[in-house]
Amino acid sequence: MDLVANNLSYKPDDQYHLNEVSFNFKEGNLYTILGRTLSGKTTLLKTIAGLLTPDSGEIEFDGKNFLKIPVWERNVAMVYQQFINYPHLNVFENIAFPLKQRKIDQSIINEKVMDALKSVGLLGYENRKIQELSGGQQQRVSLARSLVKNAKILLLDEPLVNLDYKLREQLRDEFKNLFSKGLADETILIYSTTDPRETMELNGEVIVLDEGKVLQVGPAKEIFENPNSLKVAEISNDPPMNIIEAKISDNQIRFEGIDVEAPQHLSKLTEEGLKIGLRSSDIELNENGHEFEVELAEISGSETLLHLKRGDTKIIVSIEEVLNFKIHDKVKINFKIDRAYAFHADGKLASSPFGGLNG
Amino acid sequence: MNKLYIFLKYFFIVVWTVFVVAPFLWALTTSFKDFQSVNGGVTYIPWVDFEPNLEGWKVLIKSPAKGGVDIIEPYFNSLFVTCTASLISIILGTLSAYALSRYTFKAGFVKNNDITFFFISQRIMPPIVLSIPFFLFLSSINLLDSLTGLIVVYIVLLMPIAVWIMVDFFNKVPREIDETALIDGCNPYQAFLKVVLPNSIPGLIVAGMFCIIFGWIDFFFAFILTFTEVQLLPVKIVALNSSVTPWWSLSASALVSVAPLIIVAFIVERYLSKGNLSGAIK
Repeated sequence: MDLVANNLSYKPDDQYHLNEVSFNFKEGNLYTILGRTLSGKTTLLKTIAGLLTPDSGEIEFDGKNFLKIPVWERNVAMVYQQFINYPHLNVFENIAFPLKQRKIDQSIINEKVMDALKSVGLLGYENRKIQELSGGQQQRVSLARSLVKNAKILLLDEPLVNLDYKLREQLRDEFKNLFSKGLADETILIYSTTDPRETMELNGEVIVLDEGKVLQVGPAKEIFENPNSLKVAEISNDPPMNIIEAKISDNQIRFEGIDVEAPQHLSKLTEEGLKIGLRSSDIELNENGHEFEVELAEISGSETLLHLKRGDTKIIVSIEEVLNFKIHDKVKINFKIDRAYAFHADGKLASSPFGGLNG
Repeated sequence: MNKLYIFLKYFFIVVWTVFVVAPFLWALTTSFKDFQSVNGGVTYIPWVDFEPNLEGWKVLIKSPAKGGVDIIEPYFNSLFVTCTASLISIILGTLSAYALSRYTFKAGFVKNNDITFFFISQRIMPPIVLSIPFFLFLSSINLLDSLTGLIVVYIVLLMPIAVWIMVDFFNKVPREIDETALIDGCNPYQAFLKVVLPNSIPGLIVAGMFCIIFGWIDFFFAFILTFTEVQLLPVKIVALNSSVTPWWSLSASALVSVAPLIIVAFIVERYLSKGNLSGAIK
């Protein structure tokens, strides 16, 4: 049972929320929608759920026109980024709600709800009020409520974004386990997120969305290794990929008075307006390197993000240890240039170290 | 410091209690007095200061033929009109408020907020301005001097209150809750009845309380729109007044007419102290 969309567009105001979005989702797979905030992720999920009707385009599920079926008959489940539960019901009643709505036998409901509670690790909480739970627990309840339905389509709209760092890690692992073993083979799982790391960890098919448009579709690894444009490279990396305007001539990459020997996959690109992309993790501190000035140093967790500047070129370097820098300090860095990407002036990928569009 | 705090706390509680309870005590004692005791200086304690009698209360249930003012029928009229009008106002007002909160209406430059304001604007006009159209309207449909006519007018007056309170309340209930209910298999009516409404009970109680209070205390429209067939309590109480101010029966009628509101207040207070009003929506 596939979920197929054709040219979905939705433009409630001046901006496209969805712009000619097409996809073909197959049962039993995990799809990750990666995009920045306001890129149309929620709109897309709501359209699939039936809460929004697109201006144009079609959605088919199992060969039937999905747009003609009202939300309450679609058999989808959705988890919101806000922890949405029914505040007037306790945990058990919350999870049982969709089953009661289907008029299922009470003993079967009890059994299913207990199973769902177990799979999200909330056994023993069934009589608690929703308001007595922490954010992470509330989100588990809404996840359990969507699991219990055995919906053919499960939509998760940035389910972890409002949780603190530690809970996010923990819940992400649990999600991965659930997705890999707990779900029936015929479920289509659609997970939206802004976080590239989450995308890579979930390791499903990725749809990169920006301003309502699909930029690239492919397995997580492919998106990471061969982003087809500058924009995808920015969206699928955190911190965003460094973009350096450079020239390549005589087998040298030249920018801001620096000459770096071009690796093989870049050496033949001699056009004007070329942009070199380099991940922040592919730059390292090195005594014999090139001098840059520190603009800002952020320490996040166990890593340090250095914002550096030289002339008009600004780059971000991530270092896997906690270091103290002052603003305007001089640091010396080296580029792992064999990991560099090149993009044409129009933003399209010219060459990637992983062999995409080589030469 | 701590002792001072406790002292001040109880001091103010006592002062406030005296402030609130004293008028009721005054009315209660006065209702058992006769002409002599009312005009014979400061007297408070029955049997010591004055000899209590039930004249003030008896007047309220004696028929006019026996020199009394029968308030029993107006009392039940008032109860009936207030409750019916409040109930209908709450039902209609809640439905309108939900629509105004969840759906977008547009007719030219008129949008949701304008419609909400239109409801409230009915309460901005001074009653005297409304009285003439109401009078003409009721007389044209032959409902002057009838309970039905009063109920119609009170719905017009009370529904804006319900709409106003409930629109604000529904706006605070996240839309995602309705959406989740739809996704979980409710049609829009079920989503409203099973999910939105149960989470709006605090708003319904507040709106209901205001409707009952405003309906119960209204004198003006009850006075203008009724004559002899039907009378409401506030109008009847005024009829008590004569050349000699009957403080005793006025006090008794005041106590009787404030009783329903006190009962309502106690019910709401019970509900409040159970904590049901707080934390319904996070």
